[in-house]
Amino acid sequence: MVAQIAPQAKALFDKVFDRHVVTQRQDGECLLWIDRHLLHEGSFHAFDKLKAREASVYRPDLTFGIEDHYVPTRSRDLSSVEPAIQRMIRQLRDNTSQHRVRLFDMGDPGQGIVHVVGPEQGLTLPGFTIVCGDSHTATHGAFGALAFGIGASEVAHVLMTQTLWQRKPKRMRVTVDGRLAPGVSAKDIALSMIARIGADGAAGHAIEYAGSAIRSLSMEGRMTLCNLSIEAGGRCGMVAPDETTIDYLRDRIYAPKGELFERAVQDWLTLSSDADALFDREVHMDAGDIAPVVTWGITPEDASPITDCVPDPDAVADEARAAQIREALDYMGLRPGQALTEIRIDRVFIGSCTNSRIEDLRAAAAIFAGRRSKVPGLVSPGSAVVKRQAEQEGLDAIFRQAGLEWVEAGCSMCVGMNGDLVPPGERCASTTNRNFRGRQGPGSRTHLMSPAMAAAAAVSGHLADMRLFLDHGTSA
Amino acid sequence: MKPFKTLDAIACPLPLSNIDTDQLIPARFMKRSRAEGYGDYLLYDLRFDESGARISDCPLNDPARAGARILVTRRNFGSGSSREAAVYALADYGIACVIAPSFGDIFASNAVNNGVLPARVSEADCEALLAGLEDGALTALVDLERQEIRAANLVIRFDVDPVWRTKLINGWDDIDLTRSHAQAIERFQEEDRIARPWLEPVAAPGFTTLTQKHD
Ligand code: SF4
Repeated sequence: MVAQIAPQAKALFDKVFDRHVVTQRQDGECLLWIDRHLLHEGSFHAFDKLKAREASVYRPDLTFGIEDHYVPTRSRDLSSVEPAIQRMIRQLRDNTSQHRVRLFDMGDPGQGIVHVVGPEQGLTLPGFTIVCGDSHTATHGAFGALAFGIGASEVAHVLMTQTLWQRKPKRMRVTVDGRLAPGVSAKDIALSMIARIGADGAAGHAIEYAGSAIRSLSMEGRMTLCNLSIEAGGRCGMVAPDETTIDYLRDRIYAPKGELFERAVQDWLTLSSDADALFDREVHMDAGDIAPVVTWGITPEDASPITDCVPDPDAVADEARAAQIREALDYMGLRPGQALTEIRIDRVFIGSCTNSRIEDLRAAAAIFAGRRSKVPGLVSPGSAVVKRQAEQEGLDAIFRQAGLEWVEAGCSMCVGMNGDLVPPGERCASTTNRNFRGRQGPGSRTHLMSPAMAAAAAVSGHLADMRLFLDHGTSA
Repeated sequence: MKPFKTLDAIACPLPLSNIDTDQLIPARFMKRSRAEGYGDYLLYDLRFDESGARISDCPLNDPARAGARILVTRRNFGSGSSREAAVYALADYGIACVIAPSFGDIFASNAVNNGVLPARVSEADCEALLAGLEDGALTALVDLERQEIRAANLVIRFDVDPVWRTKLINGWDDIDLTRSHAQAIERFQEEDRIARPWLEPVAAPGFTTLTQKHD
């Protein structure tokens, strides 16, 4: 009953936010302490601002640099890449060494995509505030951290002060109960949610994911889900820490050890929303209703179950939405009413901070095992650690035998900054997070999907339902 | 930052939704320093074809809209990547105000940090404004103090976060403000060190934290 709500009932978001408030202004803006600041090559704008003010980095020990956006994936030899890209990487090296910031350079055994490396190294911990000049920083929320992307001016501010001015966004809870059908993954939950609420459906909100289906996800799955919060417009995404979280973190390189770890665990397990916490918006989904999903358009909200057809804009009552669908189909070169499984692809990419962790690679390899890809493609593990693990498990051999390239870790074809591009007009089945016009290269056409769905598309030559491959001895 | 009070300028309609920051500044142009300017690259793939020729039906290429400082567009403008270069492209091109029904959160705060106003209007007002501009109205007056847009015989109210409004009107810079709280920041760290002794990263043996060498 509403009347009985305790005034101090707090959502997970508030518990983490409140304990980081250094000071609050009358207008409601809070100066928030930042526990971890992650940098990549794009940070040069922020370092330029430091230079202009002759300022230094306030807490270099809480700041970590990682080479990921521009690194070559086919070699680790910096002299092999074009000068402009080399310069991007060298700038990060110069800036981090000048300011005594630990850098995971591309030769480092811990290098990889920033949002894979943070958790893997134990830099990401529950209850932390974590920022990075990258919108997919929401990924780290899988650990019950308050993690969000910031722009270059804010990066400069954190470098100089280890704080950030913030105001509380609204709170939104997405509850997914029930059991996912075999082969249906966190990616499918996320894309289904975005299709339902829209690419700006969570704008101005911090999302908390809850419910039995979320609790049964692995940390990898939770990271995929939180990663995609930004594609719904959310400021961040969070999952309350539990035993799955603790098990993942034990013995990570930068995580606390021994008694300190146990003490931290006591604290971390208090980080969940109080039973009577209020949310500005609640969304409920039934895991059993979720099918493998693909996108057919140019925003992640243009997503449908693989069993559907390409929508017909003439059948859509909302004129603005119909216009948007027309634009999307025009760019993507698709016909209204065409079955999604008829869409032929030219290329496959398995990688990115959304789906490049060991579990993702296992899911893709399970489908590739004993099969050939009908299209060329790239598999880029999320980190050097993931790469070594996959090689120990023999997954690299499966990808190679399927005819794919097995390359080094980095952002690679997710954004094409390092030169790994989808050629103009080509259609790519991609495990990434953005199907925007030209995201994977000028004129590229991206279909987003889970690793298993990308593998099913690759071995079929067209978008395909991965569930068709479940029965045929796919134990890799 | 220059204070923003009113802006009376040419307005350009861009009737598209979901203009993400990848479109505002394609990734391949993000390697230059700010000093070199980003204005040429604003919405590059919408403005220019593969050969680099201007696409004539892109509203930004309409000679009548040359020098536009206001952009009117549809929902979810600036979604996607946090790249502040998207705002640099707008600002360097000359745009000081974007009017739309909704904005990507990170884009909007980046905009404010560069003196660019993200003005939120209702879907209906946005459509009316777009129609007015497409019917020939050339300029708009944006009054930040009154939170009002006047154009094509319309008077439209817009929303903006009150804190951002104050910041823009005064041209304030966060860093100077934060430095005045240096003592509070020190105090916070002292207390936090006791409450959360696990904050500081523990480096495992074999991993150096603060020294590494590069050629
Ligand atoms: S993998 Fe893609 S989305 Fe993730 S950080 Fe890199 S460029 Fe951004």
